[in-house]
Amino acid sequence: MIAYIIRRVLQGVLVLAVVGFVAFAMFRFMGNPIENMLGQEATRLDRAALAERLGLNDPVPIQYLKFIGNAAQGEFGVSYRNGLPVSEMIVQRLPATLELAFVSAVIAVVFGIVLGVFVAIRRNGIVANIVMSATLVGVSLPTFLIGVLLIWIFAVELGWLPSFGRGETGTLFGWQSSLVTVSGLKSLVLPAITLGLYQMTLVMRLVRSEMLEVLRTDYIRFARARGLPDKTVHFKHALKNTLVPVITIIGLQVGQIAAFAIVTETVFQWPGVGLLFINSIQFVDIPVMAAYLLLVGVLFVSINLVVDLLYAVVDPRLRLQ
Amino acid sequence: MKRTLVAAAVAALTVGSVAHAETLRWARAGDSLTLDPHAQNEGPTHTLAHQMYEGLLQRDMSGEIIPALATDWAVTDDPTVWRFNLREGVTFHGGQELTADDVVFSFQRAKMPTSAMKELLASVAEIRKVDDLTVEIVTEGPNPLLPANLTNLFVMDEGWTLENDSAEPQDIANGGDNYVAKNTNGTGAFVLESRVVDERTVLTANPDYWGKDDFPMEITELVYTPIQSAATRVAALLSGEVDFIQDVPVQDLDRVAQADGLMVATAAQNRVIFFGMNQGADDLENDNIDGENPFAKLEVRQAMNMAIDREAIKRVVMRDQSDPTGVIMPPFVNGWTEALDATPEGDAAMAKEMIAAAGYPDGFTIQLDCPNDRYINDEAICQAVVGMLGRAGITVNLDAKPKAQHFPLIQNRTTDFYMLGWGVPTFDSEYVFNFLVHSSSDERGTWNGTGYSNTDVDEKIVSLASETDADVRNGTINEIWEQVQSDVLYLPVHNQVLNWGMSDGIDFPVQPEDQPHFKFLSYSK
Repeated sequence: MIAYIIRRVLQGVLVLAVVGFVAFAMFRFMGNPIENMLGQEATRLDRAALAERLGLNDPVPIQYLKFIGNAAQGEFGVSYRNGLPVSEMIVQRLPATLELAFVSAVIAVVFGIVLGVFVAIRRNGIVANIVMSATLVGVSLPTFLIGVLLIWIFAVELGWLPSFGRGETGTLFGWQSSLVTVSGLKSLVLPAITLGLYQMTLVMRLVRSEMLEVLRTDYIRFARARGLPDKTVHFKHALKNTLVPVITIIGLQVGQIAAFAIVTETVFQWPGVGLLFINSIQFVDIPVMAAYLLLVGVLFVSINLVVDLLYAVVDPRLRLQ
Repeated sequence: MKRTLVAAAVAALTVGSVAHAETLRWARAGDSLTLDPHAQNEGPTHTLAHQMYEGLLQRDMSGEIIPALATDWAVTDDPTVWRFNLREGVTFHGGQELTADDVVFSFQRAKMPTSAMKELLASVAEIRKVDDLTVEIVTEGPNPLLPANLTNLFVMDEGWTLENDSAEPQDIANGGDNYVAKNTNGTGAFVLESRVVDERTVLTANPDYWGKDDFPMEITELVYTPIQSAATRVAALLSGEVDFIQDVPVQDLDRVAQADGLMVATAAQNRVIFFGMNQGADDLENDNIDGENPFAKLEVRQAMNMAIDREAIKRVVMRDQSDPTGVIMPPFVNGWTEALDATPEGDAAMAKEMIAAAGYPDGFTIQLDCPNDRYINDEAICQAVVGMLGRAGITVNLDAKPKAQHFPLIQNRTTDFYMLGWGVPTFDSEYVFNFLVHSSSDERGTWNGTGYSNTDVDEKIVSLASETDADVRNGTINEIWEQVQSDVLYLPVHNQVLNWGMSDGIDFPVQPEDQPHFKFLSYSK
């Protein structure tokens, strides 16, 4: 088991190195930060001098090696946009993103599984059909549209919930959290629904189809024949056996939620790392972009590792190998 | 019942306290980049700094220069020396008294290599203290326009800055962080209360402000939030979560104006939008004509100028939010005349004939480079122009890119046909000539991507810098404009129009540089 984990970690490091190199190769095509950093009065000499000092004239592999060298020592440089240390900026914003991702994931998993089981059991019922059609909207509408729509209904027309920002934050386990204040919780509702809707739909549909398959199997029939109550049959015997593919999808999707909350964060002005990344792209803020992509790489590698380990917990057959 | 009563009482209390406290919640698309007043030369950064810091002088809400830390200024008998008398009894937020030493220190700091403001002080040779409340600025050669270069040049307290190891402006290429990038100590109307970068900045009124009786000063607390997404920004205004927004998208103007309790204030902006053509090259990279450059022919440029239907762009693309123009300067600029501003007469059919007569009966093909995230509806304007030039026989291939990729094309002179927008912070033609008309060199013509080079014009432009006789100077300015117009150096499109959305209880005119100075804001109860 330990050998397995070490092997996966080494693979992860290799993945990160490749991600970093691809990223640096792409930064060249994103434009030039110099125009954003200097005012329109800057002379050609000013521009050349700044490019030289930032090391932008170095060949890409050299820039990449410098970055990796510094990153290995935990040094990510300063943002070209506002001169703050990149690690400080990311640490400051990470709680906002993780919190949003966590709440979205809970919404997606809880509602996804409950509704999935429900529509599988009552698959010809009217309510189940309504739920199925309604969630089609969740997968087919782009995130920003859902976000703007929710803002329009709940912030502008009804005035119930705030349209932007994180509200007031309080301290929870040493970080700035919106989970402990009323205005923070109110601010979380719309972005969390926007971000989690797609994943919820996905989980629901997956659970439904897996459940339908399992409900047709012989052991379920025998369970019913034994006279076990429906509740036990559905949740103890059927649901448990649908979980392996569901966990895989949830794992990957949680990574997606945390890493690509970019659109949702932009729509709701949610002060997380996604919004930071968008700002950095527009400004060609190379240190921030590089650090962010590395962070996303780390996130996915660790989630995949955790998912692999979870398989063994859920499916005893995998433990034997 | 009881709960309703309590709720009503709370509501009454809140309303009551709001009316007294006058908190203004302000949103715009981007945040200030730094609080270090000399580290960035950029609109939103200056706008926030203006609330807390002051210069010797400033522009008011109509763009006129008014006294700030200096009460008056004049050129001395020596035309290269300007003398500024400082205001008496001004204190910084930290309690330190403003003296000539602070002014000298701040100017020297702004001239350092890591300062973003140093180009605006390029003509300043020396700044010296005469006595505690008088400073003199010595320029290299007479500079009649010096005050216009000082409107965003903020004064810091020398002792405070040195104590906090911030003698040099924040240097991003070398570690970046310094104390004054996160803390302020100005003389301005508002004091920094708290700030989370890109999230929320809170300022409170400065009770000891020297000008508290000269300006309305009705806001007691100012909360600044950047909201990047235009739809969300408008929604926040409509739902009453903010009171004042900049950067209202043109498609939402009607919605804001018609909403209860909201209004849109509109004024001409100090920014002109135009196209540049590479007319200096022998042959173009991005056209289908070999061995010659169609832009080098005056008739072609005249025809293109004719073919652009500026009124149609205004009506269809800009929803009436633009002022079509025939010259690349906004109307506030010294040198502007109605004759220059007049748009060329003619139409696509005439333009087509002229292009045929110039030797291109089948027209030609050219690539147009255009930004898509810099100016109001920039890409849509370019698309409209593609159609208009198409009717005149020129096939235009549009290549729209983010600004970070577009502007390097102009800087590296690798575009033949491009869109550019220009604001004139000095409100004088010389600034336009220096950057856009003078032949491209290390010092001047840095944004002239047209290859245009006219020695006679260059000499006249250089002479403007030191001409102290206003009549002679204005005469030269006019001569240069005549030449630029008859050479059709650029294809002007329009001046942008600025829109601010706000609660209709606010009385606040639009500032042409998009810089709200909140000490001028008053509530019309």
